[in-house]
Amino acid sequence: MRNLKKVLSITAAAALTVAAMTPTAVYAEEETFKVGVIGPMTGDYAQYGTNVYNAAKIAIDEVNANGGFNGYQVELLDAGDDQGDPEKAVNAYNDLLDKGMQMLCGTVTSGACIAVGAEAAESTFLFTPSGTAVDCITAGTNEFRMCFTDPMQGTKSAEFISEKGLASKVAVLYDSMADYNVGIHDSFVASAEELGLEVVADEAYTTDSNTDFSVQLSKIKESGAELVFLPNYYSDNALILQQAADAELNVKFFGVDGMDGILSVENFDTSLAEGVMLLTPFSATGEDEATVNFVKAYNDAHNGETPNQFAADAYDVIYAMQLAANDAGITPDMSNEDISAALSASMLNIELSGLTGTAKWTEEGECDKAPKAFEIKDGVYVEVE
Amino acid sequence: MSFISYLKDGISLGSIYAIIALGYTMVYGIAKMLNFAHGDVIMVGAFVILAAITKAGLSPLLSVLLAIIVCTVLGVTIEMIAYRPLRKASSNLAVLITAIGVSYLLQNVALLIFGADAKSFVTVIDVPALKLFDGQLTIKGITIVTIIACIVIMAGLTFFVKKTKPGRAMQAVSEDRDAAQLMGINVNATISLTFAIGSGLAAIAGLLLCSAYPTLTPYTGAMPGIKAFVAAVFGGIGSIPGAMIGGILLGVIEIFGRAYISSQVADAIVFAVLIIVLLVRPAGLFGKNIQEKV
Repeated sequence: MRNLKKVLSITAAAALTVAAMTPTAVYAEEETFKVGVIGPMTGDYAQYGTNVYNAAKIAIDEVNANGGFNGYQVELLDAGDDQGDPEKAVNAYNDLLDKGMQMLCGTVTSGACIAVGAEAAESTFLFTPSGTAVDCITAGTNEFRMCFTDPMQGTKSAEFISEKGLASKVAVLYDSMADYNVGIHDSFVASAEELGLEVVADEAYTTDSNTDFSVQLSKIKESGAELVFLPNYYSDNALILQQAADAELNVKFFGVDGMDGILSVENFDTSLAEGVMLLTPFSATGEDEATVNFVKAYNDAHNGETPNQFAADAYDVIYAMQLAANDAGITPDMSNEDISAALSASMLNIELSGLTGTAKWTEEGECDKAPKAFEIKDGVYVEVE
Repeated sequence: MSFISYLKDGISLGSIYAIIALGYTMVYGIAKMLNFAHGDVIMVGAFVILAAITKAGLSPLLSVLLAIIVCTVLGVTIEMIAYRPLRKASSNLAVLITAIGVSYLLQNVALLIFGADAKSFVTVIDVPALKLFDGQLTIKGITIVTIIACIVIMAGLTFFVKKTKPGRAMQAVSEDRDAAQLMGINVNATISLTFAIGSGLAAIAGLLLCSAYPTLTPYTGAMPGIKAFVAAVFGGIGSIPGAMIGGILLGVIEIFGRAYISSQVADAIVFAVLIIVLLVRPAGLFGKNIQEKV
């Protein structure tokens, strides 16, 4: 009787498997690709890591329903939590390798990504959704990036302002103690000058005194700037906008991806952000079909939470991996080194039409895509054509 | 004109330091200990006000009263649990380190409860701005309220300490704890009362800080707390008028440093002032230079 049951269940399982599979691949249960995510799942930056993990999960479920990676199902391993710390990230990386990870969607934060990038060089395929520091992917030829680098954000912002004729006299107000802000600021100022924009005020503050901007805003007001570039995170920008209103500084404000989130700061008077422009790869209020579907899937899976750009980047990473895996024809029994080399070669052939735009990749692993610009109108993002 | 405008900005910032410094100096003056957790009690007060208004729907006035009660209870509890057992410890260092520990504890508990995301503070104080010289100079309503609050609190505290019975008990405890006890003063109760008043003031400081700079995170109180400590030392720690003058001067120095030297080294200038004051006048501007008698 027991044997009969066993036979029956095996037959049923086999039938199900065959039905669910694409015709090319016949595989046993362990023949799946294993993808790992490393990022801050707890601590100050937890929302970044959890967004990446949740979105990767949604993308992998969708990918599995439409053919997997080269016909093989994909398994997402439990998230590696690094709390944004490089040392913990390397530990999480080794732990995931022990669990059979073959490709990495991560890491999420720049410092941790540089450390893991050194470990993964020429061995395990690394694809960071959101590590913006240049050095995140410079250690090996098998490392790729979904987002713009910090300097690219500054350059693209200057180009956008110049192309659209938003202003000829610009001012910058930035945190001079944080790498992210400084990286964008430096490339923005350099590009602005090349493009003939006049930087009439270049004002800084420090992370330790990021509450009072009265002096800097007075100087910007006196300089006659028509636009203020704010390459800072939204929490600082929210205060800057409040104090700019108090100082009656009526100019255009322009931010980058760190500005994203300003509308969801609790109790923030969103009318202060009216007319603010920002370059960011993704907005959850976007109305195209892919964005609407993704936001809905994310809402449904996570108690109505709204995904941020980190989630969108991670979602695109998984789809880019699928395209590359199909192009390379990899199989799960290959070694990490072989998978890594094959995927890296195929990354140069693919073109992804994802949530964050239409993207191609360069040999350096950088993503080549047009920036998306949004303007805040009546409290929502409106894409600028 | 820009000079006057910067001066006004300096006074705005300084008045915030002053109101925090009053709490610092009060506790130091009586209990002779630096309560490094003072800045974080301010943060707790601000969170209580925010939560009471946005989550519980209380009126602003009730919310502020609630915050004062919560902070007072918190201050007295911290004193009883963390500082009192160490009062007999051989070194003052033990209680200082504990205060730093309490500071981290409050920050991390707030992080756990409220999360790391910055929240905008709600408008509680709605006083119109004062426009002078045909609108060329605008003084924000909150600045006026803060300065008035500082003066009222300074006068109230001075009166309380000098003229009332519990106030005189505080003076006695401050001068000689053992002798005060021999005279029948309950030292523990007096120090508890000091913490209660200092922490109640912290709630008001939290309200004014977050009304002037309407952002709130678990770390909101930390840096202003340290600057206010510098202000209290500058003015003469333990001196109530000194805290107010020290706070305002420090704000003006910080803004002038930012305007005329560099916005990036303004903090360094603030701390350099502390070092210079300690070198030239170790007791601060208004501090009494007490000779230790052997």
